[in-house]
Amino acid sequence: MTIRLYNLSAGYDRHPVVHHVDCSFTDTSLTAVVGPNGGGKSTLLKTISGLVPLMTGKIDFGDIKPNEIAYLPQQFEIDRTFPISVLGVVMLGLWPRIGAWGRIRKSHKNEALQALEQVDMVTFAQRPVIALSTGQWQRVLFARLILQRARLILLDEPFAAIDGHTTLDLMLELKHWRQEGVTIICVMHDLHLVRDHFPQAIVLARDLVAWGDTNDALCRENLDRALCLAGKWTNSAEMCETNGEKNHWYDH
Amino acid sequence: MTIDFFGDPAMKRALIGAVLVSLSSVPLGVFLVLRRMSLIGDIMAHAILPGVAVAFIMYGMSIPAMSIGGLIAGLTIALLAGLVSRVTVLHEDASFAALYMIAVAAGVMMIALNGSPQDLEDILFGDAKSLNDHLLYLMATVSGVTLLTLVFIYRMLVVESFDPVFLRSVGGKSWLVHAIFLTLTVLNMVESYRAMGTLMSAGLMLVPAIAAQFWAQSLRAMLVISMFMAITGVFTGLIIAFTYNVPSGPAIILIIGGFYLLSLLFGRFGSVRARYFPFPHLSQ
Repeated sequence: MTIRLYNLSAGYDRHPVVHHVDCSFTDTSLTAVVGPNGGGKSTLLKTISGLVPLMTGKIDFGDIKPNEIAYLPQQFEIDRTFPISVLGVVMLGLWPRIGAWGRIRKSHKNEALQALEQVDMVTFAQRPVIALSTGQWQRVLFARLILQRARLILLDEPFAAIDGHTTLDLMLELKHWRQEGVTIICVMHDLHLVRDHFPQAIVLARDLVAWGDTNDALCRENLDRALCLAGKWTNSAEMCETNGEKNHWYDH
Repeated sequence: MTIDFFGDPAMKRALIGAVLVSLSSVPLGVFLVLRRMSLIGDIMAHAILPGVAVAFIMYGMSIPAMSIGGLIAGLTIALLAGLVSRVTVLHEDASFAALYMIAVAAGVMMIALNGSPQDLEDILFGDAKSLNDHLLYLMATVSGVTLLTLVFIYRMLVVESFDPVFLRSVGGKSWLVHAIFLTLTVLNMVESYRAMGTLMSAGLMLVPAIAAQFWAQSLRAMLVISMFMAITGVFTGLIIAFTYNVPSGPAIILIIGGFYLLSLLFGRFGSVRARYFPFPHLSQ
């Protein structure tokens, strides 16, 4: 099944940050979303995961159900001073299966330990999260993703401030998930990583600049255009008339 | 000496009441602190005062009327708090600080104009000696309901406090958990104002939780330690209040405040001691 975005706009306080985007993600594809700061990359992910409402358009998820979508925000969005253990964080990934009241079984705990093993963090299971480094923390969050058993995984800059070694480890993990049938969409800044590891890419500068095979999408011309668009953003937005829709500034 | 205290029925009631209050207030306080809402909790507690004062003017020292008045005022502020933090992101602490000063000033003025200095002192600082059986039943009910609700929403509340985006991304009702939590908080502040006073009720919630942070890195340990501090503080504070005939709220808070100072200086994690005289480091 393919996930399709039709004419999708989303943003905050009437200002669309993602503007009339049409594109699709085929089953088990691995897509990078690149573009300038403020270009709507994070908002696109939040919209797909349902955290930001649509202004226009719609999303067709195919046969993927809402609880089969996992979203990992940028690192700083989680309070790491909270008194919770590494194992506790990973077990949160059980939520789609056990919810707020389901019983936690021994098998669940073993599964969590296995996931930690997979990301090389099993010796940290009982440590409080406050004691982790940035890279270790990201590994733990990946273990949580493993437990979520999602079919669509959305990652927002998962490799920001992560060293090369950890990045490669986690990248292998992404490829492994893909082989198990997961579709992955990933906001990225490092274009080298994108070119080396992501078959598909989207260039987003509020408007969709390009999407498709990474080598085509990330050509010089598209990247220049994205930067050029980014330079033109102003505060005083006029009403949008794309697609002949008059007055849909109010719809935004 | 202590046998005297426990033989005194007023003292016994005061102790039972204060322990009941602690049982439900302290866990709420732990979550308030972890959710970085200590200040908002403090403000909500103070905002109960004008509601209590209006009821006092209309119905005199009537506990049910004053409780309902306090509840209405507290819930209004809780609602306002939610609204302000959503609508205006900036300077919410400043606008709240102003709000609660005004609430306290208005409440004090209303009671001072319509009651005796003793009324004012009882409302502001608590009068644990005046707890009767009806009140104790009421307190037991509030504590029981609070604890049951907390058990019921525990997992959601933990996730909502630690990683609200995750809860929302897996379809959890983040706002509902928040609303239930705030309602419980106000309910408990109203419950405790007879024993602790409107000015001190937030203290019993927040100070043990803040002190426990210096000793615990797991939620369970934090809950246990803060509960221990609160109940020890309540016992000691009440004995002092009865012995020297001083208001119960400040007596209890001063004892728990002592625990806080000791924790700040000598606690296991993040204290002055841990900063300047750390334990020898481990091999890894």
